[in-house]
This record gives sequence, C-alpha cells and structure tokens, in this order.
Amino acid sequence: MAQREATAPVSLRASGAVARRQAVSRGSRYVLLAATLVGVFVLLVLAYETAIEGADRISWSFITNYPSRFADQAGLRSSILGTAWVMGATIALAFPIAIGTAIWMEEFAPRNILLTIVKLNLANLAGVPSIIYGILGLALFVRFLEMGPSILAGAFTLSLMIIPMTVIASQEAIRQVPPSIKEASLAVGATHWQTVRHHVLPGAMPGIMTGIILATSRAIGETAALIMIGAFTFIAFDNTSLTDDFTTVPIQIYNWTIRPQEAFRQNAAAAIILLMVAVVGLNLIAALIRERFRRE
Amino acid sequence: MTETKLPVQPPEVRVAAPGAALARAPAERREPAAGRAIIDPPEPAVFALDGLNLWYGHKHALAGVTMNYPVNRVTALIGPSGCGKSTLLRCLNRMNDLIPGVRVSGTIQYHGANIYDRQVDPVEVRRRIGMVFQKPNPFPKSIYDNVAFGARVNGFRGRMDDLVEGCLRQAALWDEVKDDLRKSGLALSGGQQQRLCIARALAVQPDVILMDEPCSALDPIATLKIEDLIRELVKDFTIVIVTHNMQQAARVSDYTAFMLLAHEGGPGELIEYGLTNELFTNPRDHRTEDYITGRFG
Repeated sequence: MAQREATAPVSLRASGAVARRQAVSRGSRYVLLAATLVGVFVLLVLAYETAIEGADRISWSFITNYPSRFADQAGLRSSILGTAWVMGATIALAFPIAIGTAIWMEEFAPRNILLTIVKLNLANLAGVPSIIYGILGLALFVRFLEMGPSILAGAFTLSLMIIPMTVIASQEAIRQVPPSIKEASLAVGATHWQTVRHHVLPGAMPGIMTGIILATSRAIGETAALIMIGAFTFIAFDNTSLTDDFTTVPIQIYNWTIRPQEAFRQNAAAAIILLMVAVVGLNLIAALIRERFRRE
Repeated sequence: MTETKLPVQPPEVRVAAPGAALARAPAERREPAAGRAIIDPPEPAVFALDGLNLWYGHKHALAGVTMNYPVNRVTALIGPSGCGKSTLLRCLNRMNDLIPGVRVSGTIQYHGANIYDRQVDPVEVRRRIGMVFQKPNPFPKSIYDNVAFGARVNGFRGRMDDLVEGCLRQAALWDEVKDDLRKSGLALSGGQQQRLCIARALAVQPDVILMDEPCSALDPIATLKIEDLIRELVKDFTIVIVTHNMQQAARVSDYTAFMLLAHEGGPGELIEYGLTNELFTNPRDHRTEDYITGRFG
C-alpha cells in the first residue's frame, strides 16, 4: 500500500480518444432509437386516424352485407369470402412449390452455373412490382389459359408473386441448419431424404415460417395485381367455386376510397381496421406455430 | 502403379509380423517407400486399404495409403494438421462423398468388399460403420430420440426402449440420464453430449466406429471418460480414431499410424504404422521420431 501511495494513482476515467469513442457509442443509441420511433410513430398515427374514422361503421351487418351503392348498407361479405378463397388457394399452391424449390436448390441441385442463374433470377423476381405480375396473370391465366377473372387466376397470379420471396427465405433458413447435424444423420445410415425430412426441415421450419408469414401478409393486402386481372368488380353472391369471379377486401377498400362521398371513406376505414386485425391475427397464429418448432 | 506397396493380405492369411516389416526397412533411405515402416497387423483386417489416393478437385490430398485396420483393435491416426488424417478417416465410411469434387482411386476392402465399388450404396456402408465427430453434435431432439433415430431410419423392429437403454449403458451414460430421457440432448454437458453421440452411433449396431478427434472439445476429465469408454468398446467393435493428442494415442490405441505431408504442398502420406508401443518408443522413420519428440508439427 505504501508503495502505491508513493506514485500518483492511475486515472481510469475516460479521456482523449476513449472519451470520444464512448461519446459516439452513447450517441448511436439515441440515433437508432429515433430511427425506430419514426416507423412506430407513423404507424400509430395511421392506426389512430383510421380507427377514429372507421370505428363507428364496424358492426356485424358491415361484415355480412354485400356491397351496395348506399354506404350505410354496404358490407364486406363478398370481399371477405373472396379473400378467404383466393388466399386459401394461394397458400395451397404457393408454399408447397416454394418450399420444394428451396429444398431442391439447397440440398439436391448440382452446384453449377444454371443453379446460379436461377438463384439470381429468383432474387430479381422477388423485387418485381406486383402490377407486373398482374399483367402477366392477365395475359397468361385470364386470357391464354382462359380462366377468366376467377379465383383460380387470382391464386395463380398471387402465387407467382410470393413464390420467389418464399423460396429465398426458405433457402436462407435451410442454409442455417448446421452441416454437422446433417453429417450426424448421414453417418447413422439415414438417406439423404430422411436427413432432409427429419433434420433439415424441422431445423429450417422457424425461418420458413417467417417467410410464409411475410409472404401471406403481402398477398392478403395485394391490390394492384388483382385489379389488373379483373377482380375490381361488383360481387353480390357468395363464392362457391374456384372458377367464380371474385373481389377481395383490399380491392373493396380501394373501391370505397375513390368514391367522393364521405360515408364510403368511413366504410374504407372500417374495412382497413378489420383487415389489419385479420393480418395481425394470422401472424400471431403463425408466430405461435414457429415458436413451437423452435422449442423442439 | 502399386508395385512398391505391400501385398494386401486377406484377413485369414497372417504373414507379416511386426518384426518382419522392420527387417525389410533399410535404416536410411531418402525416398520413403510405402511398406518400409508400415507393418501388416497379424489380426484379421476389417479394412484393407490398397493404394488409396484422394483429390479435392485438383488438390491431391492423400497419396498411396496402403494399410490394414485390425479387428477389435483401436487404431490411432496421428500427424500434424492438414496431413489428411481426417480425410483418410472419412474415406472409410464414404463421408467424403458429401464434398463436391472429391475423387478417389485405389481400394478399401471392408470385410472383402471394396466400399468404393460402383454398386456399393454409401447408406449401406454408413449403417455398418459408425462415426463420432470432433465437436459433439447431438440432434436438437430428446436424448431418447437421439439414440433411436438411427435405428428408426434403418427400420429397427424390436423394443426401442431396450435398445436405447442398452446403447446408453454401453456408452456409459445411462446412469446420468436415465431419469430424463425426454430432455434435449443439447442440455447435456460437452462430455455427456459426446457420449450421447457414441450411443447414437451404437444404436445402428455397426461393427466399426470411426472417431474424428472425439475429445478435442472436451476437458481432461471428460476426455478420460471417453478414453475409458473406447477401451471398453473395443471389446465389441473395431475403432479407428484420429487424434491430435499423442498421449491420447499412446493411452487408447493398439496400433498407431503416423501421417505427414512428405513434401511441401504435396499430398498426405502414411509414413509409419505399427504397434503403438513400438511406434512411440522406437520409431523407425526419423520423421516419426521428430514428430513424437516435438521437433516439428
């Protein structure tokens, strides 16, 4: 102790370069927080405005009524049914194809130039504006394959739109499965497929689910592509088959927002609230499924 | 191509005793001809390698490996990093097939059948030749399912509970986990995880277990447990172990093979192969001596 008192104690307070670096570090936290708050704030304002405007219109009859030229009698019945049909068909169509593609590309495909080109194309396709998919859907499914503006044509079009993003998310998830797990499986005499089925897929499932959630949310809110194939119509009957004409909730919302009357704007706000609740609900369910996989 | 190699003996013919190989080896010859310091173990061979070469793309990784692995013995592969020990080990159950661009020449006879034959199915090979890896890699599943998986995919028909218990007992893990077989394999300690991986390998009832530096991620106590286990298992299985740890090779193995990149940037070669005792106390090749005395590598 005596020795230490003889010399001046070392100062461990930040000074000079360390002090500057620490100041930047402390500052970065607030910059990042501000960036986050911008998004949250905009979302809250939008949600609040919408809720104020549309809350009064939400009622059971708003959900069960067909659209009408009288705003107070108009409802979402046919568009909710249309959304349910087209989403059901899209999910059934797109996700098996997307996950199958991802597994093949990551696990089975020969590593050659063709695969690289396909991967590059997928990344590009995921960035193509949805209206382009709408034009493609109109030309290919509605006209050339003579499906008309049907639920099936809508599902095919939406599938085309979400398959690339789902494939990319699934590939990423599959790549995250450690090679050591695959080796362990193969080393006990499992076949390649058994290894994929029992280890790669379960390991990748949380990531794949995230991709599915994002893709579903995008498809359920899609408007432009479906307007393009002719779903911007007045539907006053319940859809019963894949060949029916249809409309969807986002299209109904768009329809209402372009009317001059204030009452229809309120309808649109109410529909937005319902759509938002539905999307959040779906995401919640998917997140729960994902957490189950993650725990296993 | 293989004129300088020892003739590969069928398992039932026992020719070369360790001493015979020694007599054949001139003391100072620059060119290390295979067979000089390489004995042919008298026990029946589970694997008989003849002129095994391996390339990763254009890189020649293994050259002219000719050696036999005796049944119910522990054979250790030692040598500096990058000398091809693990590559050689992974040839024995065709795990190298998974790496794109791998090419193999020469033969590996496993009980008389060349495992690199065209009509051989690698799944059939791996079912008989188990493997334990460097880093413990249990499946993210329960302890029970970790052991049962291999048996299930191989169509095991029998009492799974008995099989799981038997394998965990054989791997000296049963007493530590018997009360929570439903717990995740990942919840175990490193040493326990590695013993779980051994139990998992045993569950498909192989007759060979390959171990690729099984203790390199473990502490000394866990290492000792695995080493004891290896000595126990060798009564029923043939074991080939790659290790960086020469003391470990000396402790657990009956035979030791020393490998080296004989030329800078060249392929890995088998330099010396003999009874562990003899190799460590009386190495015949000066490079083996340099390595085990710590002069290089």
